[in-house]
Amino acid sequence: MRNLLSPFLWIILVVVGGIALIPILTGDASLREDLFLILMTVTLASSVNIIMGYTGYVNFGHIVFFGLGGYFAFFLMQNLQMNFVLAALIGGMGTCIVAVLLGIPVLRLRGAYFALATIGINEAMRTFVTNFDPFGGAVGMFFNYSTYDAYGGAKNALWFAYDAIVVVALLTITVSFLIKKSKFGLGLMAIREDQDAAQVLGIDPARAKVITYAISAFFPAITGAIFFFKNGIIEPNVAFDLLRSIESLVMVMLGGYGTVVGPIVGALVYERMSSLLITAPPITLLGVSVSFSQLHLAIAGVLLLLIVLFVTGGFVGWLRQRFPRVRRYLE
Amino acid sequence: MSLPALVSSSIDGLMLGIIYGLAAMGLTLIFGVMRVINLAHGAIITLGMFVVFLLTVRLGLNPYLAVVFALILGLAFGIAMYFIAVHRVINAPELTTLLATFAVYLVIIGLGTAVFTTTPFSVNVNLGTYGSGQVTVLGTKIVAVVLAILITAGLYYFLYRTRAGKSIRAVANNRSAAELMGINTAAMLALSFGVGTMLAMISGGLLATMFTFTILSGDSYETKSFVIVVLGGLGNPTGALVGGIIIGLLEGISTLFMPVGWVPVIEYAVFVLILLVRPNGLLGARV
Repeated sequence: MRNLLSPFLWIILVVVGGIALIPILTGDASLREDLFLILMTVTLASSVNIIMGYTGYVNFGHIVFFGLGGYFAFFLMQNLQMNFVLAALIGGMGTCIVAVLLGIPVLRLRGAYFALATIGINEAMRTFVTNFDPFGGAVGMFFNYSTYDAYGGAKNALWFAYDAIVVVALLTITVSFLIKKSKFGLGLMAIREDQDAAQVLGIDPARAKVITYAISAFFPAITGAIFFFKNGIIEPNVAFDLLRSIESLVMVMLGGYGTVVGPIVGALVYERMSSLLITAPPITLLGVSVSFSQLHLAIAGVLLLLIVLFVTGGFVGWLRQRFPRVRRYLE
Repeated sequence: MSLPALVSSSIDGLMLGIIYGLAAMGLTLIFGVMRVINLAHGAIITLGMFVVFLLTVRLGLNPYLAVVFALILGLAFGIAMYFIAVHRVINAPELTTLLATFAVYLVIIGLGTAVFTTTPFSVNVNLGTYGSGQVTVLGTKIVAVVLAILITAGLYYFLYRTRAGKSIRAVANNRSAAELMGINTAAMLALSFGVGTMLAMISGGLLATMFTFTILSGDSYETKSFVIVVLGGLGNPTGALVGGIIIGLLEGISTLFMPVGWVPVIEYAVFVLILLVRPNGLLGARV
């Protein structure tokens, strides 16, 4: 585990962890809410990067794991009064099992067919849960206020959820880094470049892909458990929101596809940009009142188009290309 | 369950299926010619709805004349979109074109929600109802289906009988060989992209004359188009039409047997299964 001692990894962890500590030290609840969202998007973007950036399989339906993990954990907490940490872990493991079962057939598909299938899986799951009564159907499920008593009341539960997301975000970054630097990760990148050649060289692509898919499913599942625990309510259209899924692909592209820091930078920039636009006051244009809260999608679109057309490597990819020296340090 | 109910929901499903097929043909044509999955497809369907809405409700045009405008606009929009967002990355890996077309989706939907919010709109067209007894059909649906069939016939005429259409098929078959034969491939790719988005816009316009819609309505038609296209074979326009009719019939008839909510679950399950078992669709892939 030489890679665990890599200074680069520790610099990222100290920077991210240091920022995450600020609200815990100052007790600033509004900063905590902002950082919660940012760390959540960092986790989603970093985890989708593991399958998409390293292996080259574009998962449009990554959010299905977020929703499933959330639903599993919520169900256990509400119906069996299970402790949150245990419920989240079981939800995460359960989602991994689902990912393995789905991954074995679906990962045989390549390119556009795989991308379409992941959209199909997410939509199938969303419509299924909408009709599935044990999970509350279209209305979803919600906690009694007393559920939070075990965690010292609703106010403390919010802090607890924040601590949990910090741990999960740091863990995701660490795992993403370790995979990238490992022999296993090298195999994944070989699959990305040329699957058939990788197979000839002794890599078992089917096995490697399914393992990666399951790993990339674990983190969004736990994140979903935390997010819906914090919200106290879960419903299908929020849990399986395809737009959120595709937004995390945009973040990965923005920061740099297949890099460790890229998704973090991309998630931070995208999340900050959309919340700035959402809170900006509306303007009047040609007699129509236009609010920026809607325009953030359009601006994200223009940004994405510019990146895809001109800076395919994203921010980190551009840095690596522009300054060859940083390639040794910047992963 | 009675026979008239079955007949009437079959007719309904069949008619809806033809409109679905029209939209899906646009998606599949683009994929067949240039291996690009147009993720802005749903947004363009929505655009068609709002073009018809603005022209009829705001400017007082005849709704079907507005559909003709949507046709021209769709062609122009597609050609412009091809040169702005797709041409530069046409040979890049799939991810790139998926994200480029998705960027266009974000721009359209973002601007659309800013202007129209997500409240429902409708174009009121009343052409009466036809039929007898329990089996009745709305006049708007009949006109929409007739138009959809005419446009489909026009598309086939274009693809198989005109020089431009034959060139498009040549480009789909082998782009470099087509180029060597003196075909301007960039122009043909742009044209086929334009025809693809044109079909999406028209079907959006026709759907607007039948149902209420919001700026986000295109999304569900887009996923439906994916299901249909995969069912019929990616890149195969005839397959898209057949797939559309199958999905339309499924939606029409299955509501007699099960709660409406379960229909999409079956659609998506079929979608994933077909991808896994027969990725080339029921009819195989070809243009």
